[in-house]
Amino acid sequence: MIRVQTQDFDVPTEYARIAVDHSDGAVVTFVGKVRDFNDGSSVTDLTLEHYPGMTESVLEQIEAEARERWPLNHVTIIHRVGTMALGEQIVFIGVSSAHRKAAFAACEFLIDFLKTKAPFWKLEAGEQGEHWVEARDSDEQAAKMWEQE
Amino acid sequence: MINVLFFAQVRELLGTAKVEVAFDESLTTTEALRAHLAAQDEKWGRVMANDKLLVAVNQTISNWEAGVKDGDEVAFFPPVTGG
Repeated sequence: MIRVQTQDFDVPTEYARIAVDHSDGAVVTFVGKVRDFNDGSSVTDLTLEHYPGMTESVLEQIEAEARERWPLNHVTIIHRVGTMALGEQIVFIGVSSAHRKAAFAACEFLIDFLKTKAPFWKLEAGEQGEHWVEARDSDEQAAKMWEQE
Repeated sequence: MINVLFFAQVRELLGTAKVEVAFDESLTTTEALRAHLAAQDEKWGRVMANDKLLVAVNQTISNWEAGVKDGDEVAFFPPVTGG
């Protein structure tokens, strides 16, 4: 399930949705949050912009690619857009599988690819005003690692 | 008509989220469309010359050799930073 939404999400609810099947021995979830001190300057809030339509189709492609690589049962990707305060949740990735290795690997793959492929952009606001977050080479390298495997 | 969209910094720097460009035979690649937009004035020239600029055609990430045809949606944006 893929959702792009302004409202917050509830982790126990999302966990319960993907942890229902007795064939799944493993559930792995990841939550990304608005954090302070990105690149050394303090952050008070974050605004997420996206490309409606393309975002959803890229997330569907990323999910399909994960399903080709690992035997997965449930997959949930939720990404918020709009303005979020320090400490708020931005993104949820949840994966269930028979085995933990597939669930861990797929969860990491999904967030690595989301960060480098899905059309979202972060505008950070802090004491020094607003600025657009720069893409990180380390994120690009993390996604490339999966292409070598 | 080509529907041209701009996102994030690109949108902010240009001061617009969307323009419509009349299609003609000189605008059949993303590079040609980029050059056409860049030629408008100094500001557009600077933004469209950024070497990190990305392009998507009909909501699929693309490159500068990609074809453009009448009715397409072409988006220009900076590297993505979600997650």
